This record gives sequence, structure tokens and C-alpha cells, in this order.
Amino acid sequence: MTSTSKSPWILHYNASSCNGCDIEILAALTPVYDVERFGIINTGNPAHTDIFLVTGGVNEQNKVVLKNLYDQIPEPKVVVAVGICATSGGVFRDCYNISGGVDTIIPVDVYVPGCSVRPESLIEGIVKAIGILEQKRAAMEKTK
Amino acid sequence: MNILMSIIGAVLFLLLAPLIGGLLMGCDRVLTAHMQSRVGPPILQPFYDVAKLWHKEKAFTSPVEMIFTTAYLVLMAFSGALIAMAGNILLVVFALALAHTFLVLAAYSANAPFSNIGAERELLSVMIAEPVLILLAAGFYLVTGSFQILDLFKLNVPAIVFMPGIFIALGLVVILRLRKSPYDISTSEHAHQELVKGVTTSFSGRSLAKVQIAHWYEMILLISLSLLFFARQPIFAAITVIVGFVLLLVIDNIFPRVTWKMTLKSIWLVTLFLGVLNLVLLGIFGVLL
Repeated sequence: MTSTSKSPWILHYNASSCNGCDIEILAALTPVYDVERFGIINTGNPAHTDIFLVTGGVNEQNKVVLKNLYDQIPEPKVVVAVGICATSGGVFRDCYNISGGVDTIIPVDVYVPGCSVRPESLIEGIVKAIGILEQKRAAMEKTK
Repeated sequence: MNILMSIIGAVLFLLLAPLIGGLLMGCDRVLTAHMQSRVGPPILQPFYDVAKLWHKEKAFTSPVEMIFTTAYLVLMAFSGALIAMAGNILLVVFALALAHTFLVLAAYSANAPFSNIGAERELLSVMIAEPVLILLAAGFYLVTGSFQILDLFKLNVPAIVFMPGIFIALGLVVILRLRKSPYDISTSEHAHQELVKGVTTSFSGRSLAKVQIAHWYEMILLISLSLLFFARQPIFAAITVIVGFVLLLVIDNIFPRVTWKMTLKSIWLVTLFLGVLNLVLLGIFGVLL
């Protein structure tokens, strides 16, 4: 276990979510779940981010923003699709303005389904993401 | 002998300051978490953060960013080492100002709007802090008759007796420079979301790690500056640091952020009334002592 898994900083972006999953993400930061125990900080800044949490099915207007944020995050980075809309588009899948999931725009590493997602499953998803982050760092150091 | 002592002092500062600074940041985060009835991160968390940042991809927003952030770190360490060497207090004040200038330049070089606002706020906070530091140097001169920090240790009565006003003004500046609320106008650490990460917005990876380490140096530097008021009184000095630190955390947790105008007004008013009055009285009555 390296420093990468001890300090995963998070960026949260709402790509046309209904706010249900966003509230659950914020709930994970409250004293009940207190994710800062694991060194997790909600940074709000792509330059400082390791784990990118995206909620919502991604509509035409925030496609560009999502791609832009993803590109600004320095490697190693992991993308977590939070909630059923982010994983597949959910009930909005067939809407004319919805692209149907985050992985239609950027590569996704962890899918956390649920409507809305429970903080417990979200934390489990982030723990999975930390594992992938660690693998990516190892791969990065190998290529150096 | 004196030269040897100063070199040992400087080396000890350069090695120990980041360790103690990082640990203090860790204590800060744990105590803050407890005040909010959370468990909080491990006490070594700041070191994990910096180690992680060091292994991130090297992504610079401008070619000069690395030079400026490195200069910030080096100058901050240099100013602190000067205090540890019991050198010239004026040189410390000017080296500190130069260090901050490099941080501001680094933030400006990114050419991104949020980073620029952060740089402006940082510049403002330097401007707010500078008069107090100059008053401090002038006060020390009036008390000891020189700008050499070493002479403070030759006083029979600690400097706090002569300069309580300047000490209070310095206390406010410490809160401002540690970027804690209510004065966290240049970066918004933790969960405050007015200016997301302010002056550090555009830094990532190693640049951010350097800024972080420089911040630890600055913390210890400011604490050392306040300790100079208690030269040869280690017990009082220790009590002041501990009480000051806890007070700082309480203030950080119960006050929301004040605006930059409020910051400017309140700190300059305190500087003007307490600091300048202190200096004037010292100038008039100092001769009689």
C-alpha cells in the first residue's frame, strides 16, 4: 500500500443528475460516514484529483465539460460512475438529449449502480477505485 | 564558535521544520475532525498527501511554474533558517516577502481566471501582513538597539513586556498567513467553497507538494517569530504556542470566512492602533529603560 491509496482526493461532477446521488456523495463526507478517515478529500479542483466521481446520464450540454475535466486530471486517475444513470443512462437512457452513461464519453473504471446510490455502496466503490489507482500508479512507475 | 552554532541551527531548522510542520497540520486535521464529532484522518496524513502528489504525473500549466514554486520553497526555507541562525530580522522579513512574491507569480503564470483571483488574494494577504512584520522589526530594534535576533537573547526581560501590542497584531497575521478561517481568503482549504483552492488552483503534482512543504516551513517560521517575544523563557513560550494553536483551531471552527475587505480593515486597524501605538510609546519611554 503506497501513499496513493492513503490519500485519494476526489472531484465530484454532476452530469445532469437529479441530485439524488450527489446528496449521497455529500452524505459520505458527514460525521456519520466521515470518509476523511481514509484521507479522502472532496477537492473540487481537477488539478488536485485522483478519483473522479460522475453522477447523471450526461446530456448534450455537459459532454464537453465532462471531457474537459477528465483531461485536466493528472495521471494516475480513476473514474467512478455513481448511480444507475451514470452507469447506463438509467430510465433516461432513450431520451434524445442523453448520451446514456459516462462511459460513452470518457473511460470508466468502477460502476456503482443504485437509485439513488447508498453511501455504503459508494464507499465500497471508492475502495475498489483506490485498488485500481494503485495498479495504475505501479504501471506508471514501470514505464518510467 | 558562533558561526558553528548558527550553521547547526540552520541545518536543524531545515531538517526539523517540515517534520514538525507536517505533524502540526496532522494534529490540526485530527483536532478539527474531533471538534466536528468526526474521527478524522491519521495524524501522518499530510505526509501521505505530499508523498502521493510527488508521484503524480508532471503536468505544468506554464513552463515557468516549476521555477517559481521551487523558488518559493527555497526562499521560505531560507527565511526560516535565518531565524534559526539568529540572523538579521529585517532580512527575514524581506526574504519572506520575496518568497510570497514567487508564489503569486507562479499562480499568475497559469493564466487561468481562478488561479489569477487566488494570486490577487494572496498578494492582498501579503500586503496586509507586511506592515506588522516591519513594525515587529522596528520594535525589536527599539528594544535591543540592533536588528540582530541574537541580541534579543541578551535581554533580561522578554520582549513581550515591551511589545504586547505588536505581539497581538502578529497573532492576527499568523492566522492570516496560516490560511485559516476567518482569514482564509487566498485559498479555501477544507470544505469551504468560495474560491476553490484559490492560489493553488492551477498547481498539481510536485508543484503542489512544494507549495505544501513551503507552507509547513512558513508555519514553523511564524511560530518561531512569535517565540522570539519569549526569548529565554521556554515555559511561557511553550504555553503560548499550545494555547495559541488550540485558540486558532477554535476560531477556525466557529467563524465563517470574512471578506477580503473585512480582513484588510480589521488587521490594519489592529496594526495601526496596537502596533503603531506600541511602537510610539516604546520610542518615547524606551530611552528611560
